[in-house]
Amino acid sequence: MKPNKLFSFVGFLAGWILLITMAPVVSAAEEGKNPFLEQFAPIEMHGFLELRAGVRTQDDPDAKDISVMEARCQAEFFTYTDWAEFKYKGDVWGDGITEQAEYDTREGWIFSRPSNLVDFKVGRQILTWGTGDLVFLNDLFPKDWQSYFIGRDSEYLKAPSDAAKISLFNEIANIDLVYTPQFDPDRYITGEYISYWDAGTANHAGQDDIIHADTPDRWFEDDELAVRLYRNISNYELALYGYWGFWKQPSGQTVSATPIFPELNVYGASIRGQVAGGIGNLELAYYDSIEDSGGGDPLIDNSEMRYVVGYTRDLAMDLNASLQYYVEQLLDYRAYEDSLSGIPKRDEFRHVITLHLTQLLLNQTLELSLSGYYSPSDKDAYLRPKISYDLTDSIILETGANIFIGEEDYTFFGQFENNTNVYAAVRYSL
Amino acid sequence: MKRNLLILLGGLLLITGVAMAQNTTPSADEIVRKANHMALYQGADVKGKVSMVITDTQGRVRKRAFNILRKNDDNLNRNQKYYTFFQAPADVRKMVFMVHKHADLEKDDDRWLYMPSLDLVKRIAASDKRTSFVGSDFLYEDISGRSPEDDHHELIETTEDYYVIKNTPRKPESVEFVHYIAHIDKKNFLPMKIEFFKKDGRVYRVIESLQVQAIEVEENGQPSTYPTVTVSMARDLESGSTTKMTYSNINYNIGIGDDIFSERYLRRPPRDAMR
Repeated sequence: MKPNKLFSFVGFLAGWILLITMAPVVSAAEEGKNPFLEQFAPIEMHGFLELRAGVRTQDDPDAKDISVMEARCQAEFFTYTDWAEFKYKGDVWGDGITEQAEYDTREGWIFSRPSNLVDFKVGRQILTWGTGDLVFLNDLFPKDWQSYFIGRDSEYLKAPSDAAKISLFNEIANIDLVYTPQFDPDRYITGEYISYWDAGTANHAGQDDIIHADTPDRWFEDDELAVRLYRNISNYELALYGYWGFWKQPSGQTVSATPIFPELNVYGASIRGQVAGGIGNLELAYYDSIEDSGGGDPLIDNSEMRYVVGYTRDLAMDLNASLQYYVEQLLDYRAYEDSLSGIPKRDEFRHVITLHLTQLLLNQTLELSLSGYYSPSDKDAYLRPKISYDLTDSIILETGANIFIGEEDYTFFGQFENNTNVYAAVRYSL
Repeated sequence: MKRNLLILLGGLLLITGVAMAQNTTPSADEIVRKANHMALYQGADVKGKVSMVITDTQGRVRKRAFNILRKNDDNLNRNQKYYTFFQAPADVRKMVFMVHKHADLEKDDDRWLYMPSLDLVKRIAASDKRTSFVGSDFLYEDISGRSPEDDHHELIETTEDYYVIKNTPRKPESVEFVHYIAHIDKKNFLPMKIEFFKKDGRVYRVIESLQVQAIEVEENGQPSTYPTVTVSMARDLESGSTTKMTYSNINYNIGIGDDIFSERYLRRPPRDAMR
């Protein structure tokens, strides 16, 4: 995430400048002195302090025993004028894995609603769309898999985008356009927090072999465009999607084996609505790996079709279940097979079943949840049991685990087997 | 002066209306129909602030605060839309809960939840309305209303102040009570006390209206007042938990657009909802 560092810092600075300039606003506004500052509403400030610690349940020669160890502070500032809204949200934390103080701007944006027909939001923001439940097909906005796998709060699964979002509203179909001037990749597994399977050396690798990918980073050239057209028909939500950018994780390599982000276009559609007392969703996406159009280039990932069908409903009072069937289909499979040279090859189809169970107890202050991903084709699984308890309105206690199981070393979840971890956290909100 | 006359005239009409009503006791269904209107459907739309204080048997206190927008689809006391913007506690702050309520018994309500930290619009299954709302002693059905069509109604007593209605569910297997008894104010038709009974005849849940305010409104360009419950209390007699709900900053007939209850405003709330 090197290229983002500067942006983070600028965001951080902007946030603090906003705070410092606004702080006198409240008092100035009361005295009615400064007409510029007077237009801002008093700043809303919120945040939390959090301690989180976790350990691997087995020895991992490529990683530390601790899986997560951090003291984190999040601060959030919000204000608005007649014509716009402003938000800054950032985290600082001492990180026991990187052994450094870390900083990340989660949000830093301006939002405006200039007419009945248009909204726009510019700056650092979290973006999500699509119907999958923790499975993303047409949502090509950056994810943070490292945070997810080490057991940070689920809000960190989404990494921020530095983007401009324009939304157009009309009777026929609403349109969202998201332009990211400089490619925002996923915060993928690099070996820093989570060890992985290195197909090149056919070995596990981790903190001593951190992946240094060649990330496209030219402003306005290595850019991304994501589009969504959507409308409701009788509360069935229909959407069409398009994306023009790059694979969000390294999905190819140069001849000298440097991981790269090949270009990627994605086209898809989804529908979501009530089905038999629950909510059903169906989504598909065509991943067009345009640098490997025939599928015969062994250095670039092939195009794919991705499908998900899901259903969620309440099973009993405060007990919710969600089940999904997800399939990745590698296209041009024959060409892919022909181009192979000894690397454990991917199956043509990867099947994944996901199940989420959530039970609320004790006046909804105690939450027991289990998320499971199971792939019958890869013969691997990922389980996320979690317990969280609201001790008071401002103190939340949490404990959980990230359990990776797999028959083979090289499958999607199986490669992370050594990273199986348990964690606990306490959060105090201000 | 003219306005005063009008108010006086209106008052007189109301008094004679009430007097007439007292002379000829309305039927149970008619009382319930009016009570349903008064409790949930007054005005074309309304906006207000809600705060809840939940106290358990051990005296531990939890607080909830949210703004709520409500709009009727028509004048038929049936379909409605709700928009709820949470302000407290911290873990739900700025979340939005939106409901398209369908009066048709065969049709489930449509519900959405927006989680701002993930920018996630979640569709929520609407199967069980008799679930606690935000961990309080009020149930979803207490907030958005139980359809009169769900129960048989029987006027069991008429006291000096109240009509006492016994309500027996048409689908007993779908609820945890065998019946409930509502005390409905004869003057304004607001439900003042509702007691829920278990099979053994025991009351296990009580909702009481503790304060009613006449909210000044403009209706078709004319000033009027809507009597509105501003403080109510739900008590769970089995767990000993209580929830006091206070409703303030109430504004009726402010002209909330239908589009407020769409994904656009779910993802980015209207100013009205945030303040």
